[in-house]
Amino acid sequence: MSTTAPTHQPTTTKPSRPWLQTLLFWGAIGAIVVFSLAPILWQVLTSFKVNEDIAAIPNIYLPRRITFDHYIELFTRRPFLRYILNSFIVAFISTLACLAIGTPAAYALARLRPPGGKLIQLGILLITLFPSILLLQGLLEIIQATHLANNYLALIVPYTAMNLPLTILVMRSFFVQLPRDLEDAAKIDGYSTWQMLVHILTPLTLPALVTTGILTFIAAWNEFIFALTFITEETMKTIPVASAQIGGASVFEIPYGPIAAATVVGTIPLVILVLLFQQQIVQGLTAGAVKG
Amino acid sequence: MAKLELINLNKTFNPKVIPVKDISLTVNDGEFLSLLGPSGCGKSTILRMIAGLETPTRGKVLIGDRDVTHLPPGDRNAAMVFQSYALYPHMNVHDNLAAGLKLKKIPAGEISDRIQSVSRILGLDPLLQRKPGQLSGGQRQRVAVGRALVRDSDVFLLDEPLSNLDALLREHVRAELKQIFDAQQAPVVYVTHDQTEALTLSTKVAVLNNGLLQQLDTPDRIYTHPANQFVAGFVGSPQMNLLQVPCQGTMAIVGDYKVRLANLPSTPPEVVLGIRPEHVRLAKPSDAHVLKGKVFLVENLGMFKLVSIHVKNGEKEPIVLRSLLPPDQDWHQQELELALPLESIHWFDIKTGDSLARP
Repeated sequence: MSTTAPTHQPTTTKPSRPWLQTLLFWGAIGAIVVFSLAPILWQVLTSFKVNEDIAAIPNIYLPRRITFDHYIELFTRRPFLRYILNSFIVAFISTLACLAIGTPAAYALARLRPPGGKLIQLGILLITLFPSILLLQGLLEIIQATHLANNYLALIVPYTAMNLPLTILVMRSFFVQLPRDLEDAAKIDGYSTWQMLVHILTPLTLPALVTTGILTFIAAWNEFIFALTFITEETMKTIPVASAQIGGASVFEIPYGPIAAATVVGTIPLVILVLLFQQQIVQGLTAGAVKG
Repeated sequence: MAKLELINLNKTFNPKVIPVKDISLTVNDGEFLSLLGPSGCGKSTILRMIAGLETPTRGKVLIGDRDVTHLPPGDRNAAMVFQSYALYPHMNVHDNLAAGLKLKKIPAGEISDRIQSVSRILGLDPLLQRKPGQLSGGQRQRVAVGRALVRDSDVFLLDEPLSNLDALLREHVRAELKQIFDAQQAPVVYVTHDQTEALTLSTKVAVLNNGLLQQLDTPDRIYTHPANQFVAGFVGSPQMNLLQVPCQGTMAIVGDYKVRLANLPSTPPEVVLGIRPEHVRLAKPSDAHVLKGKVFLVENLGMFKLVSIHVKNGEKEPIVLRSLLPPDQDWHQQELELALPLESIHWFDIKTGDSLARP
């Protein structure tokens, strides 16, 4: 009734429609939530269970006794704070470098139209299709030659390089859709190209910067194989590697509790980060730049 | 103080920019020049070259006798109002106005003085703390004008500033603009494809077509003395009747009728006869040059009726003539007698389109 203007259609079948729609809508949402969050929930629950409950058959879903032992173990018997710090340094610097290099490059591709720009763009797209694992061997050689092993740079440089293509492509499409008159107005006001990028364009592309920045940060935070290969010193390891290397007293013992706790500890900073910046992504920032 | 001079300005070889072939003109202090022309005539390109957003291929731009052809836009002291307003969306109105001044390192006290005086002229006071997204189209337009005024520029450039406003508001803002820029000393260049804007606002109009200047004159003379067939056809609404007619002796043959030619040095075999619909009137018994034709279309424009007639032309296609008649003038028969006053007829060369002498 409320969706359309009054018509002469029979109204008897109408009320069932919204009801079914609502059911399907919430059903779909529920399915997605369960599908994405159930494994995480399982990890969280496991990390609070005592060892007997973890190993119990049949499964104990909700822990009857809650323990923080697994967490305490992470931070006392292992330098997990240090791992988090390592991950943070590597991911943060990679993200900054990625945005600092990618944004001007994207602007150049979008507006300054360098010769062969289309070709460069195609090349960037091709790189995103390239599986990074194939680079491992070559990178290892380079890192040995440059003596960068057990150095943050051994991770920062590849992470930046790996995430640059995506940053450039996303930022480029943002710059392209910004009204051109805005830049002309800035030029007439006396902004240099660089000042314009910093004072006019960057504030307008903040949502894009935050989005690509978070993607880069997550990718760098979660990266495993490079971190495992290039960093061997215990105090330099990142969270994913450290979590994977949690082992039991023997090969027959798998310490599920500490692993679950490590997973939770490694995920929480990302969740905080995303929640923090989601508020910063102000939608519709460009509304009103040109005619409504 | 600061006249604007364009010398043989040319912009070519760039597929992205509409070419400008050869433009020379001067705009003095206190003058309001409109660049009028159809889309694709290069008028915006000229404006962007004055602003420094495009570099001319050849020629010079002089502002106040200073050659600025190769200066960046920020160093030219030219202010521009954009069609899309181009306000900075993340800054409030006050900061939008102040941005250019801050870059010029003007002391804060003077900035606030200038913003105050401009916002008083434009009525922006209640809007200063708002962001462009919270303003209506007309308000944004005023802020855009304010941003130009506050700069205290040597030259003002306006790129179709009214075309995003609805018809009613446009008329209102047009009147406002006229008053604001009448009070300004600096030369104004105004780009438009709207002849009403050009004729009402300007002290001078430059009609452009295909990157070339067609006529540079006062609005009056553009209307009464079009230099060529293009200007005659472009300026004036409804459009001037332009009839291609053969000549015989001192007479032009319009269908089955004859109209006396102007005094020309020599009689061309063919000529273009131009007469504005508002000058074609119902014939009185005393009239000499009368055409008879069948009415085939009457358009009521409110103040006038635009009547189109077919003038018989032997066995050939009839000639179409349009006349703007007052609504109180009625006619009863399908056939209409219209008079062409000789003094209102324009004659154009059939090949070049240039105006031939008027009687």
